[in-house]
Amino acid sequence: MDLSALNPADLAFSLIVAATPLLFAALGELVVEKSGVLNLGVEGMMILGAIGGFATAHGSGSLALAALAGAGAGALLAALFALMTQYLMSNQVATGLALTLFGLGVASLVGQGYAGQTLQVSARLDIPGLTDIPVIGRLLFGHDPLVYLSLVATALVWWFLNRSRAGLILRAVGENHEAAHAIGYPVRLVRVSAILFGGAMAGLGGAYLAVVQTPLWVEGMTAGRGWIALAIVVFAAWRPWRALLGAYVFGGVTIVQLNLQALGVAIESQYLSMAPYLVTILVLVVISADRARARLDAPACLGKPFYASS
Amino acid sequence: MSERSANGQALFEAKSLRKVFPGVVANDDVSFAVGAGEVHALLGENGAGKSTLVKMIYGLLRPDGGEMRLRGAPYAPARPGEARAAGIGMVFQHFSLFEALTVAENVALGMNDAPRARALDARIREVSEAYGLPLDPGRRVGELSVGERQRIEIVRALLQAPRLLIMDEPTSVLTPSEAETLFGTLRTLAEEGVSILYISHKLEEIRALCSAATILRGGKVSGRCDPRAETARSLAEMMIGRALAAPKATDWKPGAARLSVEKLTLPSAEPFGVTLRSLDLTLRAGDVLGVAGVAGNGQDELVAALSGETRTRPEAIRLGGAPIGGLGPEARRALGLSVAPEERLGHAAAPDMSLSENTILTARGRAGLASRGFLRKAAAEGFANRIVTEFGVRTAGVSHAARSLSGGNLQKFVVGREILQKPDVLIAAQPTWGVDAGAAETIRGAIRSLAAGGAAVMVISQDLDELMEISTLLSVISEGRLSFPVPVADITVEQIALLMGGGARAEADADA
Repeated sequence: MDLSALNPADLAFSLIVAATPLLFAALGELVVEKSGVLNLGVEGMMILGAIGGFATAHGSGSLALAALAGAGAGALLAALFALMTQYLMSNQVATGLALTLFGLGVASLVGQGYAGQTLQVSARLDIPGLTDIPVIGRLLFGHDPLVYLSLVATALVWWFLNRSRAGLILRAVGENHEAAHAIGYPVRLVRVSAILFGGAMAGLGGAYLAVVQTPLWVEGMTAGRGWIALAIVVFAAWRPWRALLGAYVFGGVTIVQLNLQALGVAIESQYLSMAPYLVTILVLVVISADRARARLDAPACLGKPFYASS
Repeated sequence: MSERSANGQALFEAKSLRKVFPGVVANDDVSFAVGAGEVHALLGENGAGKSTLVKMIYGLLRPDGGEMRLRGAPYAPARPGEARAAGIGMVFQHFSLFEALTVAENVALGMNDAPRARALDARIREVSEAYGLPLDPGRRVGELSVGERQRIEIVRALLQAPRLLIMDEPTSVLTPSEAETLFGTLRTLAEEGVSILYISHKLEEIRALCSAATILRGGKVSGRCDPRAETARSLAEMMIGRALAAPKATDWKPGAARLSVEKLTLPSAEPFGVTLRSLDLTLRAGDVLGVAGVAGNGQDELVAALSGETRTRPEAIRLGGAPIGGLGPEARRALGLSVAPEERLGHAAAPDMSLSENTILTARGRAGLASRGFLRKAAAEGFANRIVTEFGVRTAGVSHAARSLSGGNLQKFVVGREILQKPDVLIAAQPTWGVDAGAAETIRGAIRSLAAGGAAVMVISQDLDELMEISTLLSVISEGRLSFPVPVADITVEQIALLMGGGARAEADADA
């Protein structure tokens, strides 16, 4: 095994790229869960965002338009989830699972014509002088705008949840929807807004994956990233900065795995491919082991349906 | 009423209010008026329509008929926010608080135009000190006692300078001294000209505090009076529309030990739970042990340990000498230990299952509602009907979901279900919480006769008057410690109040 073939700066760079879609999706789901809704359809919203973004980038060549289209596609699927769970009172877990399957199906259908096609959308930041600094120049100033957007989004979500009144209301709705209703807050409206935001973020993550990370359309290309995003939310104990950490940790595991495969480590590649998912399960088990702790962090009304009449 | 028209215009007036829910007229032709600075009592049994009425005043429900007036002007709030803006504040019976949020965040949520965090902290301190309701704005609500939680609700309402403050059963969870503090606050407010609409089951309180009362029965106004000129008994009779049976003094001859707990120490699994510390107690046949104490001092944990929801070392709990600490609820039930937990929906009863199905959940063994793995539906229905008749549960039939019953009615059903199984030991948590005077009498009578028949009973309650009335022995739980049981005849309310304030620990330390 030749470790000298690995360049730490390159590794770090690809780690950030691998973590960004996870971060987008996890931030969105974090807000959704803070409002008391469990949307297990992240995977479906991501892949719909991926094909939406890919198709748009294929047609227009614009990263900004692709990002918008991805977010829109994710939000559209989320709107379906909102309608079913908040107005038709369907079960959140079952609806979320159905959303994943539905999203995967729709994405394959739409993506038929794009199978195997590649993209050439380059929108890397290039600041003369700064980006040219050896090692850290490219790491800090050489990314595409969406990477910076994901970091800004983390800060904004943190600020929204902890410093803004709207965020306080959202947390209150997730904590005790009966009480929030009794005081006079529109529980349903808050939740629908959160669900749409979560969908847009998942879609954005999917678009990033298909347009920037691997600019190539492959059926089912999200490959479980939506589930990892869900796991990151629990890992993060519903805190935005820990979600950032979580996304980078999980992104890192993916990159290490890929690089080990490339180096020809004498383990079956299937084991390496499993690694990120095994780590996910392991982390969830460890985190949930302390029952009291887990219950304190989780929004108290997570996944509970709210009947406005009572 | 003439009294109020004498001091000029009433602050708040309801005229012929009507509210209909599918199948039930909750309020019918309800009219009353509250003068400025008046403490006005709203009395009525469970299901009399008090909650519906105050929800309409607070903008949570819209009346189907009639009108409300505030300072003479028409008043029809569409949302609680509008009610608050109009000067109406409300303190809920089941607090509308958020455990994971801080005191200040909780207060901010209940205000229409909350100031910035730092200014709000200062105002919370200011108002809470001015009215003798000390509060730390930075604490998480989950860590606070019930009394402190209620202060949050009151301070939240006061910060908006309300003209009418609605209090829904405010003292049901307070210690006697906390209740005294609250009365002081309410009197100060009334002197400042704030009107208070006071809902309570505690008739003595209403007599001490209120200067007018409107009594509701079956959704209609059944009477108006000045509670200061009435007795608690006459108020209760007006409320239920018939004479109350006087409680009989119990003949108490304790028999053999039924249930004994020895050195039970149990850390709580809940984030804001209480650790039980070295509990010792013995329940003999014929005993009714009243456990007093402020909510959140280990009552829930004690009930869970006794019911078998939390397992302990087998020898820590013995039922008739046999170690049962390691057994689950079903096994304990089979041996004769029944539990009626405090939370009715979701803990004592499955909300979406019918009443007869709910009887099967705990009574299938002792009442023979199942045989060879098959349910005996007819027997279950018969058993459920017996509970309904004997405990006066108001329901359209036993095939209706538990959820459809009002809180007090479901409470009667749950307690009745356990009592009719004729257990050797009954643990009842808050058996009459939210139950009206007539039904509470039925439940207490049933508990007494169960004990008289040779069972041992433990009643955990925050209602001291109730404990003094039905218990033979009394003990206080405080911070997870249980004081040594004393015969009720030998203890005064003042001594209990002292124990509730943490005296149990001082006593335990002195013993050690």
